[in-house]
Amino acid sequence: MRLVILDDYDLASEWAAKYIRNRIIQFKPTADRYFTLGLPTGELKSCPITPLGCYRKLIEYHKNGDLSFKYVKTFNMDEYVGLPRDHPESYHSYMWNNFFKHIDIEPQNTHILDGNTSDLQAECEAFERKITAAGGIELFVGGIGPDGHIAFNEPGSSLVSRTRVKTLAKDTIVANARFFGNDLSKVPTMTLTVGVGTVMDAREVMILITGAHKAFALYKAIEEGVNHMWTVSAFQQHPQTIFVCDEDATLELRVKTVKYFKGLMHVHNQLVEPMLSMKDYMD
Amino acid sequence: MPSNKSVSDAPITQFVNCRILKNHRLQWEDLWVREGKILSPEKLFFDEEGFADHKVDCGNKIIAPGLIDVQINGGYGIDFSQASGDIRRGVAQVAKKILEHGVTSFCPTLVTSPPDIYHKVIPELRVQDGGPEGAGVLGIHLEGPFISEQKRGAHPPKFLRTFKAGGVADLMETYGHLDNVAMVTLAPELANSAAAIRELSGRGIAVSLGHSMADLSQAEEAVQNGAMFITHLFNAMLPFHHRDPGIVGLLTSDRIPPGRMVYYGMIADGIHTHPAALRIAHRAHPAGLVLVTDAVTAMGLPPGQHTLGQQQIDIQGLHAYVAGTTTLSGSIATMDMCVRHFREVSGCTVEAALEAASLHPAQLLDISHRKGTLEYGTDADFVVLDDTLTVRETYIAGQQVWRK
Repeated sequence: MRLVILDDYDLASEWAAKYIRNRIIQFKPTADRYFTLGLPTGELKSCPITPLGCYRKLIEYHKNGDLSFKYVKTFNMDEYVGLPRDHPESYHSYMWNNFFKHIDIEPQNTHILDGNTSDLQAECEAFERKITAAGGIELFVGGIGPDGHIAFNEPGSSLVSRTRVKTLAKDTIVANARFFGNDLSKVPTMTLTVGVGTVMDAREVMILITGAHKAFALYKAIEEGVNHMWTVSAFQQHPQTIFVCDEDATLELRVKTVKYFKGLMHVHNQLVEPMLSMKDYMD
Repeated sequence: MPSNKSVSDAPITQFVNCRILKNHRLQWEDLWVREGKILSPEKLFFDEEGFADHKVDCGNKIIAPGLIDVQINGGYGIDFSQASGDIRRGVAQVAKKILEHGVTSFCPTLVTSPPDIYHKVIPELRVQDGGPEGAGVLGIHLEGPFISEQKRGAHPPKFLRTFKAGGVADLMETYGHLDNVAMVTLAPELANSAAAIRELSGRGIAVSLGHSMADLSQAEEAVQNGAMFITHLFNAMLPFHHRDPGIVGLLTSDRIPPGRMVYYGMIADGIHTHPAALRIAHRAHPAGLVLVTDAVTAMGLPPGQHTLGQQQIDIQGLHAYVAGTTTLSGSIATMDMCVRHFREVSGCTVEAALEAASLHPAQLLDISHRKGTLEYGTDADFVVLDDTLTVRETYIAGQQVWRK
């Protein structure tokens, strides 16, 4: 595992975005060989904000002409069941407004689970097949919840789970109510989510964790054992994982752990410096 | 990259580098148009996996819904209330010229006239869509003849009428037809007006109070019977009085039926209303303000004598008087001038000024599901403006119909 610690949220978002940018450009994606990227969706309302800063930096790199998503395929982690696709709180809307509409990705290369089909199980299985057909995921980016979950794999989820339907915990539904006019009856109660196993199959995993409210989860994820109560801990058994966090997220870690990884920052920074640009490869 | 054409083969145009008026705010968003309607790019992306065929760079300008003028009597030498000559051609000429002012839809207005004029002209002024030939006609605005003698303004006294029984019979006898009519201005204090108001409202025709001596309770009763507009607030009605606010009191009346709103027209030409009065009305009831031009035949013409309805008028600078008097007979300001003037004297936001000339008139006529906004699925009638709110380009159904 690499634990990359930046001073604050903005720097952590930027580091993560630079990493994604360099990975895509180094890969030199073409029409015959797409770069497959797994993406975290909208803020789970119980853990707001995290991927937004990273998306904003990626959009900036695109607008500067340094990064193109033309040969990138994306797979999002989750989506609500039963929420109309154009509802402002759906993850489709989130991805469109915060990412897709600002970049040059082609619509047929984006994949988000459809929570409005009649056969949800079939939709989940089809999603797994699409990932396989695309050649597997090169880099899966995700965040974690305060309870250590990845995507909607809440505590107790199998560490070898695949894409499936999950019922939301009461706390999550109540936390989400404010985005649905405080009307509990309008809040979705189920989601479709990739499984822990699905993310584990990716060739590389990057987890973004910022904020003091995630600190305990980070501690459980990397300093304690692999445990289905803290599903992110599964990545201890993945050969290529990076955790990108800010100072606040490290508050529950041992000083020894933090010092060790901070001491490695000069090595970690070689992954993002020099920053590559599509312009260098365009001619 | 072409779309997969799963819904339509029609080309898609994307207007980029612009600020659009949406949800009451100017937002940095692209505007997408297909087949004359505003398209949802999110639906296009996810459902159709589609892309734009053409991109138009708007150079940082503002895109607002096309302006709607619900009170315009003519212009460029054309008088809608005259039955002489080719009526349809006259309307078409004005419709074409007002594109320059950013007006994409309008209500040709007929002032008080004898029945034979109504019988002849009304069938000729048909509701029709706009396009490259000119702004769309939403319906006729009949201002009179059921108005007050004392508050007739420039309307000829000999053609004023009262209601005999008030119902359909009076209306039909006078007007002949009510098809193509979008609005009627009348004075509610006239006996038997209630039945007429109910009859017109029932037919989906907006009833407006104006050229009237009504007090507030008469006006409120009219609203309860279905009236929902005030024709050029302050002009041709009793002045506001603190113990009987008159029609002006409707702006803050507590006797408006729930779920309904009273709109009011204002001629923001700097002449018909003092800026302070404009500000008072706007601050009292901002959501109901509808900018109108009340433009007369002489709008667009050089100074001198011209004809309006059955009378002569005299143009001096930006003023138009009943010849030989100091009674104003309508304005010669254009709609975009009114928007700029309103913004300047009220200090309101750009969004509010634009909505007073687009969204509010559309709401008044109950057509805001297709006009007056840039919501997905509505008609792609819009204007491109610069930051001084000068109209640079006008579009109807997604097609450019005028550019500066």
